Amino acid sequence: MSTEILGVSPGRIAAMVRRHWYLLSGSWTRVAELIYWPTVQMIMWGFMTQFLAGKTSYVAQAFGVLLSGVMLWDSLFRVQLGVAISFLEEMWSRNLGNLFVSPLRPTEFAASVLLMGLIRTLVGVIPVTLMAWWFFGFSIYSMGLALAGFFLSLTLFGWSLGIAVCGLIMRYGLGAESVAWGSMFLLLPLSAVYYPVSVLPGWLQPIAWSLPPAYVFEGMRSVLIQHVVRYDLLAGAFALNAVYLMIGSAAFMAWFEAARRRGLLLGQGE
Amino acid sequence: MSLEPHPAAAIAVTGLAKHYDAVAAVAGIDFTVPAGSVTALLGGNGAGKTTTLAMLLGLLKPSAGSIRVLGTDMLRDRHRVLARMNFSSPYVDLPHRLTVRQNLRVFAQLYAVPEMEKRIEQLARELDFAALLERPAGQLSAGQKTRVALAKALINTPELLLLDEPTASLDPDTADWVRGLLERYRQERNATILLASHNMSEVERLCQQVLMMKQGRIVDRGTPAELIARYGRRNLEEVFLDIARNQGKAAQAAEQQQPVEEKTA
Repeated sequence: MSTEILGVSPGRIAAMVRRHWYLLSGSWTRVAELIYWPTVQMIMWGFMTQFLAGKTSYVAQAFGVLLSGVMLWDSLFRVQLGVAISFLEEMWSRNLGNLFVSPLRPTEFAASVLLMGLIRTLVGVIPVTLMAWWFFGFSIYSMGLALAGFFLSLTLFGWSLGIAVCGLIMRYGLGAESVAWGSMFLLLPLSAVYYPVSVLPGWLQPIAWSLPPAYVFEGMRSVLIQHVVRYDLLAGAFALNAVYLMIGSAAFMAWFEAARRRGLLLGQGE
Repeated sequence: MSLEPHPAAAIAVTGLAKHYDAVAAVAGIDFTVPAGSVTALLGGNGAGKTTTLAMLLGLLKPSAGSIRVLGTDMLRDRHRVLARMNFSSPYVDLPHRLTVRQNLRVFAQLYAVPEMEKRIEQLARELDFAALLERPAGQLSAGQKTRVALAKALINTPELLLLDEPTASLDPDTADWVRGLLERYRQERNATILLASHNMSEVERLCQQVLMMKQGRIVDRGTPAELIARYGRRNLEEVFLDIARNQGKAAQAAEQQQPVEEKTA
């Protein structure tokens, strides 16, 4: 018997992380893909920042505001995508049936894909932050501990959306796969990544403030421009994250049970 | 082959049904599988065999009925018993990019197998795939895949093994070898095996009990010898065809709208 803590086995979660680590470490194309897109984004926005810094006092005052925005946004997107891709790997390889007849519980399965989402993001984003330092002389780490708060908050939101997307694909099959790639972009205009929430029309602002990323990116600008850590914004983001994580987990479990009712766990795949 | 009396049932199913809207994939079946025996679910395509196996494994939620596996209520506490059973099916696969050894390590850890490397080496020897351990699962032939899938199903030395078409797509020699392996495993471990199969000679050789399924119902049951005698046929394949085509004794029973097992009881 494996050791369980509150009905959850760390050993089984580790087994699933091992499974995905084998896949990732054995495929240089997968690792390259994790780094490729964040690098392209960072370089493009880095040059854009250099260009704008000579034109506008806003960017000149806080050189890294756009670069930080793009790197933090990318970490959010990568977490959500990493969770969904880790789940899709099981669908593509028709392995769900094997997994769910084992002692693995749905909560442990969910925990493992969340962890993999984080690991994939760190593999992709850390090298990019170092490249930004090297290419453009900007270190995102200059935000200090606040950066940890921003990253953690975005990770929690990426997890919430990612795990809900996994449930959706489990219930509706690979036909819903495009949700994994596109869902986060629906939120991009509302997340205040490159501009403050106040730029949005009045009726959109309450919607933006109902999303944790808006708090994070407003907080980021406060650190970079006013050099003030807004704990109220961080607290708001974490409070909302708690709600979204509960909704995401409940959606995953509800769709998992729906998939069990409809016999979708056996034989789903390419 | 006769069915020995067993003190305990490894599987006890009562009133098990699965409906998809108005369609009954399984229409209220009852059966028990004695511990230490091999039982076959036989039936044509769409008879409800795979659906029944999926419900026994907890992959599919029944619409009605109860399932007890190794003394545990599967509808309430399936996670208490899943570590003591395992499963193999052509409908599932192992991740193609992982090597055979990596795949087996993952499942060994999921089942908390002690001394996993030793167990993997032992299975590789017994199932004759030691040379394939470092090969990606996606590069295996159909026969090799079946061996590895069986190794995955045996990784936790299960007390109950559920197999969906265990020798499908295997050449006769390999299929015969797999049957021998299953027979040995059952004898050595006193394991219980429930298999769904289309291969009648396999069922005749391996099974102490046969459950004949048609349109979601168990229409007959008994030892292979009992069924052959009951239908007045030479082998199980002819019994299967009688039931599938509704001819011979199966037709007589159908005319009276009564399963053969009830009529002959």
